[in-house]
Amino acid sequence: MLKLIPLFPLLGFLVNGLWYALIQSRPGAKKAGSTVTGGLASLAILGSFIVSVKVFLQLRGMPEASRVIEETLFSWIQVGDLNVPMTLRVDVLSTLFTMVISGVGFLIHVYSIGYMSHDETPGKFFTYLNLFCFAMLMLVMGANLPILFLGWEGVGLCSYLLIGYWYTDDEKASAGKKAFIVNRIGDLGFLLGMFLIFTTFQTLDFVEIRAAFSNSPTGVLPAGVTFETLSAIGLLLFVGCMGKSAQIPLYVWLPDAMAGPTPVSALIHAATMVTSGIYLVARLNFLYSLAPTASVVVAGVGAFTAFMAATIAITQRDIKKVLAYSTVSQLGYMFLACGVGGYVAGVFHVITHAFFKALMFLGAGSVIHGMHEEQDIMKMGGLRSKMPQTFLVFLIGWLAISGLPPFSGFFSKDEILWLSFASMKGSKVLWAMGAMTAVMTAFYMSRLFFLTFMGKPRTHEAEHAHESPFVMTGPLWVLAILSAIGGFMGIPPVISEVFGAHDINWLAHWLNPVVPHHVELNPGTTHAMEWALMGLSVLGALVGIFVAKGLYRDLAKAESLKQKFAGVHNILTNKWYVDALYDAVIVRPLVNFSKFLWRGFDVLVIDGFVNGLGRLSAWTGNAARVMQTGSVQTYAIMALLGLLITVGYLVYGLA
Amino acid sequence: MAWLDTRLLTVLTFFPLAWGVVGLMLPSGKDGKAVKAWSLVGTLLTFWISWILLGKFNGGTADFQFTENLPWIPGLGINYNLGVDGLSIWLIMLTTFLMPIVVLGAFTAVEERVKEFFFLLLALETGMLGAFVTLDAFLFYVFWEFMLIPMYFLIGIWGGKDRIYAAMKFFIYTMVGSLLMLVALFYLMHQHQLQFGSYSAAITDLYKLKLAGDGWFSVQGLLFLAFALAFAIKVPLFPLHTWLPDAHVQAPTAGSVVLAGVLLKMGGYGFLRFAFPLFPQAVAQYQMVFMALGAIAIVYGAWVAMVQPDIKKLVAYSSVSHMGYVVIGLFSLNTVGVTGSIYQMLNHGISTGALFLLVGMIYERRHTREISDFGGITKVMPLFAVAFLIVTLSSVALPGTNGFIGEFLILLGTWKTSQWTAVVAGTGVIFGAVYMLWMFQRVMFGPLKNPENEKLKDLSLREALVLLPLLVMAVWMGIKPNLFFNKMDASVAAFLERSVVKSAANDQAPSAPSQKAAPVPGASAKSKTSKI
Repeated sequence: MLKLIPLFPLLGFLVNGLWYALIQSRPGAKKAGSTVTGGLASLAILGSFIVSVKVFLQLRGMPEASRVIEETLFSWIQVGDLNVPMTLRVDVLSTLFTMVISGVGFLIHVYSIGYMSHDETPGKFFTYLNLFCFAMLMLVMGANLPILFLGWEGVGLCSYLLIGYWYTDDEKASAGKKAFIVNRIGDLGFLLGMFLIFTTFQTLDFVEIRAAFSNSPTGVLPAGVTFETLSAIGLLLFVGCMGKSAQIPLYVWLPDAMAGPTPVSALIHAATMVTSGIYLVARLNFLYSLAPTASVVVAGVGAFTAFMAATIAITQRDIKKVLAYSTVSQLGYMFLACGVGGYVAGVFHVITHAFFKALMFLGAGSVIHGMHEEQDIMKMGGLRSKMPQTFLVFLIGWLAISGLPPFSGFFSKDEILWLSFASMKGSKVLWAMGAMTAVMTAFYMSRLFFLTFMGKPRTHEAEHAHESPFVMTGPLWVLAILSAIGGFMGIPPVISEVFGAHDINWLAHWLNPVVPHHVELNPGTTHAMEWALMGLSVLGALVGIFVAKGLYRDLAKAESLKQKFAGVHNILTNKWYVDALYDAVIVRPLVNFSKFLWRGFDVLVIDGFVNGLGRLSAWTGNAARVMQTGSVQTYAIMALLGLLITVGYLVYGLA
Repeated sequence: MAWLDTRLLTVLTFFPLAWGVVGLMLPSGKDGKAVKAWSLVGTLLTFWISWILLGKFNGGTADFQFTENLPWIPGLGINYNLGVDGLSIWLIMLTTFLMPIVVLGAFTAVEERVKEFFFLLLALETGMLGAFVTLDAFLFYVFWEFMLIPMYFLIGIWGGKDRIYAAMKFFIYTMVGSLLMLVALFYLMHQHQLQFGSYSAAITDLYKLKLAGDGWFSVQGLLFLAFALAFAIKVPLFPLHTWLPDAHVQAPTAGSVVLAGVLLKMGGYGFLRFAFPLFPQAVAQYQMVFMALGAIAIVYGAWVAMVQPDIKKLVAYSSVSHMGYVVIGLFSLNTVGVTGSIYQMLNHGISTGALFLLVGMIYERRHTREISDFGGITKVMPLFAVAFLIVTLSSVALPGTNGFIGEFLILLGTWKTSQWTAVVAGTGVIFGAVYMLWMFQRVMFGPLKNPENEKLKDLSLREALVLLPLLVMAVWMGIKPNLFFNKMDASVAAFLERSVVKSAANDQAPSAPSQKAAPVPGASAKSKTSKI
């Protein structure tokens, strides 16, 4: 049954793809509308969702320790000591991901039917979207690293194709290419990490790698494996995560990726693909928890990314760019969680973030749709009355990401903040960065919210904005409900105890067989501290909200503030000049050096030498030709000379 | 049909040439339609014969199969000796698979001297197949040189503006290498006379020679260098690659496809069949040199490809990069790496062959290959765009395509032998994406700003038929590589046995186990295939 989950979108891809490529794309042929092609694609992914839920229920019915379903399709690569079967495996971790991917994916497919209704080639769009779902499902269902990598690069391909979907715009095509190439840098790390795993454990299967740890003679490390090796593996794989999950220094592609259609941003660049890195780290938690150096790097990079991206988000004017940097920032949170040992918290935030960020992206899409492709929040305003449905769902998303109880973001974010402080691997610095990020998150999201929906319309478009059709608002409401209540799957004991329940953290218990929820805490941490920090972070969120409210109610005031801090503002609007730096330090020198290699080395040196040899032999031939004059006298002289030399040699030389 | 079984390789090898000779007698007719159809049928029949061969081929043994042996120059031990094993079977299939595609692809491109053109293609096929099936080193040399002639004319007559320079460069470059190989071969035959009392050019006899192998310039070292030079030029390995871009750019599409698809594989095959098993100690000695050159080729080829303004030249330099993978995989000297290398040779034939065909198709329409003349082509040629995209993905080794299997195995095999080589070579994964996607974007994406491109026609049915088999194979080989490995495993194991264990056992022939032949623990000798 497992194979049905990726099979449905694969079939959808093939049907829509062949139909589009062979029939609709012919010159003069009529293009199918988004209702038929999108309906087909949505049905395919709905099939996946239904099977995913069935698999989940089946797992729930099994005893806790044996909650794994496996299905081997065929032998993929078998050479020498390398054996990679095409095996799908769903356990307690991947079942959550399959449901989120196919569930949220289904909603976004349906939404896209409305969003892409005016598009010229919806058939192509839904082809790519289905292919993406297939690859993403393979990524989380693969039983070994190569299959995961198949999905990993497959989603990268779809991301490339969908970012550059409107390919006639060179800038959009470039954004797609940039995403692919930056991801490839990460993928090299992934590949090398995979090789090191293979040479260390002689297998690439997750269960078998894990078995090496549980069968360890010392009780900690498998035989012949050192902490250094584990850290090297952890770091190499994390380079892959930096690419896919947009962490410093490889995050630069994600903001540009907003060039794609908005549903793509929601599905790929917020809810699913970009969380693959967290999935990988959570999947290999047993390895990372024994790789201290790698964990420190993961936590540090995560915290710093969260912080830096949040600062950039504050100054962006493009509604999607704000959300993009927010996504980078939230992904940083998830890695921070994993780095301090809170893998469950990381996965928890993946799920809640998938709900509320997909909601906000789709909400933003609804706004853009209603504003006739306008994305600048400065040109919006007052949409509350024009788009009441979108306003309401966005409100929920905003409260969720700001971290106000009882919305979902509160629970997951708070657990991360708490662990970054209290875990043995945590520190006050990590917590402080996380907390500051939380305040900034509340601030920039409120800025976005107020500028878009509150106040008065600032432009003609805003004046005449219209609400989106039900096919778009319907999915928004489902996501809004999930964003509102999604946090209840992971209520921390400290809260539930107040209500008399000892431990009702469903998520932690569910994941425990694969992702242990136990985190080694610093000695001396108390519930009181947890409450205090929780209060502090809610307070911080409120401060962020109210400052934004005060500031952006009156744009003149915001403007004067901007003038005052023009230097900082400049750095932030230019995204800390990272793109410019990469261009100046890496891209242009490489191109120039390559040109030098071509014209200087290939043509001048090597071919110069080769052609020189040719000329040399031609010259020798010419020189030798001089001797062959055709004159009998010359030949006679030569013969005489030769004779004299020979005779001379025979007479005197031998003596 | 019992005689067919005993003469199957002869039939396969000489069928195209014989068919081509008959084709020469056909009436030229209007634009040579008859000759084109005749040649297509001939290559298809050859492909069918090779299917029979594949069907009867037993993957469970490393022994040579379908062997034929007739005396040719008995005094020198030179025989007409043929056979196939797992190292050559897929290269034979690649050749016979590509030829009908090449012929069909050239239907509209060739307008002058149609008859001669297709005859040369068929003669070339015989030359290539002959080189792959021969078990006699001298006969191999004959076929090796024989291949040059049709290719020389294909470039020199039907080529572009600088075709004469390119054809000469191709010819002389290859000759320089192969002459040294010939001298080395005579030395080996002579050694056989000294050691065993009779001359022999049979590969299996030569494998048994004992040759001093210590040091860089020992007998083995020098002989290895002589052979390796010939093969490295053919591969082509940096810095001996500069004939390739010229030859490719000037050659007609059909010539480029055959050149990239099969002729370059001769280099890799030569290493497999001759240089490695004959001189294992020298291989061990020079291993790191060649791995370094291979890794440099990968990166260098990718960088130079990146800045090419001409699509065909870009593809040519990408070949330098891709064939660098083949070299490091071979020199990794373990099952995974060597299998990956052989697989990568097939992949490269498929994906680069397809790339050259695609480039040829837009060249026929626009008579330019400058990247800057294009842009936004997707709009007018959607089907072409799909084909181009799939081939590009295969070229950048996306998982799910054939390229991934090859590069993955090669890099893993290399990693086991030399981690740093794997890291340097691995950057090719990044740069490969850079030059391919950048080119793809500049040709296919962006606004359709050049008015001359607005009226471009999408793929014709014939062109679609040319590309379809290649696209199917690119995906199929990415999903079911085991079908290919099954027929290779035993031979790869035997190859490693010869090329590695012997060197550990200090110049002892494998047939005579030595007293001091304790295999070095930890050497890649352990990587025998564990077949289930």
